[in-house]
Amino acid sequence: MPGSGPRVGLFVTCLVDLYRPTVGFAAVKLLEDAGCTVEVPATQTCCGQPAYNSGDMADTRAVARGVIDAFEGFDYVVAPSGSCAGMIHEHYPKLFADEPETAQRAQHLAKRTHELVSFLVDVLNVERVDAAFPGTVTYHDSCSGLRELQVKTQPRRLLGTVEGLSLTELPSAEICCGFGGTFCVKYPEISDKMVTEKARDVSATGAGTLLAGDLGCLLNMSGKLSRLGSGTKVRHVAEVLAGMADGPAIGEPGRE
Amino acid sequence: MQSTSRSFKQNAHHALQDATLQRALGNIKTGFQEKRRQVIAALPEFEALRDAGRDIKNHTLANLDFYLERFEERVTEAGGVVHWCRTPAEARQTILEICRRRNARTVTKGKSMIAEEIGLNEFLEANAIEPVETDLGEYIIQLRHEPPSHIIAPAIHVTREQIADDFRRHHSDLDPNRRLEEPRDFTDEARAKLRDRYFQADVGITGANFLIAETGSTVIVTNEGNGDMTQLLGKAHVVVASLEKVVPTLDDAATILRLLARSATGQEMSVYTTFSTGPRRPGDLDGPEEFHVVLLDNGRSAMLGTEFQEMLRCIRCAACMNHCPVYAAVGGHAYGWVYPGPMGAVLTPSLIGVEEAGHLPNASTFCGRCESVCPMRIPLPKMMRHYRTREYERGLAPGTVRAGLSLWSFLATRPSLYRFVTGMAAWTLGALGRRAGRFKSLPMAGGWTGVRDLPAPEGRTFHTLWAERQGAERRGSGGTGR
Repeated sequence: MPGSGPRVGLFVTCLVDLYRPTVGFAAVKLLEDAGCTVEVPATQTCCGQPAYNSGDMADTRAVARGVIDAFEGFDYVVAPSGSCAGMIHEHYPKLFADEPETAQRAQHLAKRTHELVSFLVDVLNVERVDAAFPGTVTYHDSCSGLRELQVKTQPRRLLGTVEGLSLTELPSAEICCGFGGTFCVKYPEISDKMVTEKARDVSATGAGTLLAGDLGCLLNMSGKLSRLGSGTKVRHVAEVLAGMADGPAIGEPGRE
Repeated sequence: MQSTSRSFKQNAHHALQDATLQRALGNIKTGFQEKRRQVIAALPEFEALRDAGRDIKNHTLANLDFYLERFEERVTEAGGVVHWCRTPAEARQTILEICRRRNARTVTKGKSMIAEEIGLNEFLEANAIEPVETDLGEYIIQLRHEPPSHIIAPAIHVTREQIADDFRRHHSDLDPNRRLEEPRDFTDEARAKLRDRYFQADVGITGANFLIAETGSTVIVTNEGNGDMTQLLGKAHVVVASLEKVVPTLDDAATILRLLARSATGQEMSVYTTFSTGPRRPGDLDGPEEFHVVLLDNGRSAMLGTEFQEMLRCIRCAACMNHCPVYAAVGGHAYGWVYPGPMGAVLTPSLIGVEEAGHLPNASTFCGRCESVCPMRIPLPKMMRHYRTREYERGLAPGTVRAGLSLWSFLATRPSLYRFVTGMAAWTLGALGRRAGRFKSLPMAGGWTGVRDLPAPEGRTFHTLWAERQGAERRGSGGTGR
């Protein structure tokens, strides 16, 4: 019943936009099922982390201004990513120390911005989802969501209501997969060591599918698992929660 | 110590290829991490203690001149001497003069990272004074002619088999068939070897975990008792410490001590916590005849009032490196100077310059685990980012990175153009990758595909599909967007 609840601006994230629109539509479905009116501002691009984490503050501010403009006026802004939501929530207010007016707008946006799954559970009090997924999954806690936004129990709570799904915990779930944005291409050997260990731990759980809430980490882990010849499928948690996990998993051949 | 931080990438490459090192590093997870987790779970007020520790250090740093002068007054009253040293060279020279006055031929040493920072051992050797490391880990790496690879476990990169080999080679007077397997065996042997050295030593040099302003005391925490032997049996005790080690009171030290061992080794307290105040007094049964504190600045006072001031709260527990996935992958030597891991990634550029150590604050995924375990709540990722900003502003970032970011930013601030370009990219990569689902290699993406596959995109962007869905809904046909 869209329309009765809050008006939510979906921050799609640049990776979901480019790589895996399914995740965006899964987010829309979950939000609409929870009663939200979802809008997708057409002028959004990226949250600015590539520049921010490279120390390029001028470009970070330029990109952040675009996001602040695009998401003016929504009750909430929601992203299917702890990393991008964390960027807006934690870091935007600090970017504009010399511009009080923009800083205030950034602060206002930051307060309204949430990661998707924690928004469903903590703000909308969603207790269950209407989805089925036969099989065993394991879950990786992406760093920004975990440590900047305290996303930990929420995905597990909702996954617990997915029919047919059983969750085997990943022992190293809180250890970084080695993605780290530009880190993974600036220091590929170190990143490789980290993601190799992650892939080994994922395989050791015996789960058929690996889930997480951030597409960057998922692309990294999927890429390593397939390079190692593992059959573990990799998906964004929103796909499973929305009942939209019937298409090819990340890195699987597409349907012609 | 000469830095090799500029070669961080090559250092890391060699570390990752070194099977023995990789085996040694494997112990960190089960050792330090698990022990810390258990001891903290047993202390409900740990988070409140972290706040208290942070506040003590913040107050001290805001009044550092006052507390350091107070500390000096108290040391002087107790009969000791404080030597203010701006640079490593001044500190080395001061220590050498103390040794020379005592005609010292050997000095025993407790574990001290400041001694590493000023390159003390090499300097003493060059001046015909033999330094004898008495901490087991330091003793091992002294035999191996290596620097420490960790700030509390200096020989963590060495396996037991390697230690046994080193001991057999260096202690050739002992039974070659003796058992050397367990840590206890190494401890016993090193202890027996060191016993006479304590009595021969003319000067004992230790570091300090705290300097206490209200009493003029210096504090060391150890697990082996070697520090006590070093400072009590030498005729002169030289404490070498950096200036941010000062805390106002004994109570403050007690508060931070509750954080230190728990965060470091997962102990509630270290086995020995030793307070030293001045030289031997008339009537004392033991103690050194002289008591010196060599107080090193080496760039720290220049961090005050900058975005890096909070780094001076560090109590050298090593929790950050014990929980750092990058440290766990490459070990401490790859960082190329005295301080490795996340605290080193901030402190090293602060002390030897970002030109020299620019790699270190970049070699982080910003996973944030270091900050989450830091007992002093030091925002390590934030400060690494400050260094990245400084590098970018000074033009130290690689040209390819700058060009890439400029292009990306040009697009990201022009939504229509961005849509066009991402639409083309998604379509092209989607079409090329649809059959396999992933790319094993791709031009210009070698950094990625060298070590992992690149999953192929679904083929159309979300925004394209969303616009279609909106259009369909406006035409009244509903539609699910897929």
